[in-house]
Amino acid sequence: MSGGSGYEDRGNNDRSVTGTPVDHMGDPVPAGGHAERVEGADAFLIGEAMTGGYGGGADILHDCTIAVNPGEIAVIVGPNGAGKSTAMKAVFGMLNLRKGRVVLDGEDITHLTPQARVQKGMGFVPQTSNIFTSMTVQENLEMGAFTRRDDFRETMEQVYDLFPILREKRDQAAGELSGGQRQQVAVGRALMTKPKVLMLDEPTAGVSPIVMDELFDRIIEVSRTGIPILMVEQNARQALEIADRGYVLVQGANAHTGTGKDLLADPDVRQSFLGG
Amino acid sequence: MDFLNALVALANFVLIPATAYGAQLALGALGVTLIYGILRFSNFAHGDTMAFGTMVVILVTWWLQSLGISLGPLPTALLALPVGIAVTGLLLIGTDKVVYRFYRQQKAKPIIYVIASLGVMFVMNGIVRFIIGVDDQRFADGERFIISARDFREMTGLDEGLAFRTSQGLTIVVAIIAVALLFWFLNRTRTGKSMRAFSDNEDLALLSGINPERVVLITWLIVAALATTAGVLYGLDKSFKPFTYFQLLLPIFASAIVGGLGNPLGAILGGFVIAYSEVAVTYAFRKVVGYLLPESLEPEGLLQLLSTDYKFAVSFGILLIVLLFRPTGIMKGKSV
Repeated sequence: MSGGSGYEDRGNNDRSVTGTPVDHMGDPVPAGGHAERVEGADAFLIGEAMTGGYGGGADILHDCTIAVNPGEIAVIVGPNGAGKSTAMKAVFGMLNLRKGRVVLDGEDITHLTPQARVQKGMGFVPQTSNIFTSMTVQENLEMGAFTRRDDFRETMEQVYDLFPILREKRDQAAGELSGGQRQQVAVGRALMTKPKVLMLDEPTAGVSPIVMDELFDRIIEVSRTGIPILMVEQNARQALEIADRGYVLVQGANAHTGTGKDLLADPDVRQSFLGG
Repeated sequence: MDFLNALVALANFVLIPATAYGAQLALGALGVTLIYGILRFSNFAHGDTMAFGTMVVILVTWWLQSLGISLGPLPTALLALPVGIAVTGLLLIGTDKVVYRFYRQQKAKPIIYVIASLGVMFVMNGIVRFIIGVDDQRFADGERFIISARDFREMTGLDEGLAFRTSQGLTIVVAIIAVALLFWFLNRTRTGKSMRAFSDNEDLALLSGINPERVVLITWLIVAALATTAGVLYGLDKSFKPFTYFQLLLPIFASAIVGGLGNPLGAILGGFVIAYSEVAVTYAFRKVVGYLLPESLEPEGLLQLLSTDYKFAVSFGILLIVLLFRPTGIMKGKSV
């Protein structure tokens, strides 16, 4: 009972979720690249000109803007340490914004906690520890719908239709599933609240290329149901191929913005970041 | 016939008492394991929580007895049990509001909770001794035996008698009901599932809209029910003495850890493993072996591995062995 590492294996180890200040996440850097401003407050979800960092620490984001509209997939890509996940967490309210605002469906939600944003209709899938491993697939989905007091069986059926493998494994502990299946549980859990917007933090991290393709197919299907999807991706090329809107971040600032196809074709982006 | 006699002696002196003791330990260990799973610390005040709950039940039992109310063959304490649970629940929630909630807001390290619970233990210990005193209290009434040794001998014609006391039967029945209720609650109800979710992944539970303060509140209430029930059953089976309950903390912790901390099934299994080992290792097997071996080979010693004074050494021996070879306990739990 010496308070060793055994106590610290809980939660998803993402300190920003619970708002514990992180002492040192990087140094402030001047905004680089040539950011273009995307359209203004008329987007469905927009994090506009966000500047801020974790807790009282240094700024990680510098005047960064991310937006997504219904039926669209917006992808945030960029080199390691560019602040991709941080930008998404800023939209979700996990870090303190010193400047800028977040608007969902015309409502300013800049000062809401992450939990309150979930109530407002934001679904968030963290990168790691995004399922309840000791609970069955079905219980995971039920917990996703915890805040709903109405009958959520229909939504659950929709999730099962979207991810048929989950219907098959509904009574199995989620921790026993493969990496790709776990991600499907995680996305399914987030969908159970019937979110107005779905945010995925590196959904394909650590899965094989085949599974990754399948996950992207599923994400496109979710998007076809009309839910706007905001996604951070490590696998930039594949992600940009399915993106309606792509953001390349460099050092916490917008470096390139455009449709996925445009960015893939942009020689600048290719050279500096996609490797030719 | 000798074989049957040996079997009856074994059941009378080892199997039945150990099963009852195991059920009491299991109920205690379930409380410890729930607190560990949800509040994430080892609650040293658990033994004294049991003592407090039992004390309330004893006082109410005396009051009922003075009014002439009884349950016939069953102990009156069963009538007083709900009152004991309610009062203990209030005490635990009060303790949480005064002590533990502060540390939750500070996001204190688990070891700080452990030390705080040590302080709570001393306070509860003092309250119990102040109110009811340090002496042995007997509060069992009603029918003493389900089967007495003499009835059994007359019934079966065996030399060896088998006594099955009401308190032992009651312990086993009540423990089964309590465990069934607990598992139904944890696995079938929305609130129970949210508790498991909170225990599994706190951050994700927060994101799913589960209210941590509500989960904590319900946990304390369940712990109050389990601790009071365990304490009353132990008191009916043996007797109530505050110091004994404080000492019970040791085998209860051993049970929870051996079974796998944070795992309710493990707590039950651990309780029985510890109880059977304690009783078997400290029982003098001379009588049982005497029936089985021919007269010429009859053992001269008591065939007792350890004196009963060392029974706690048995729990800790098992605890050490399990932690050395399976640090997460027999069923998979959290490592300490």
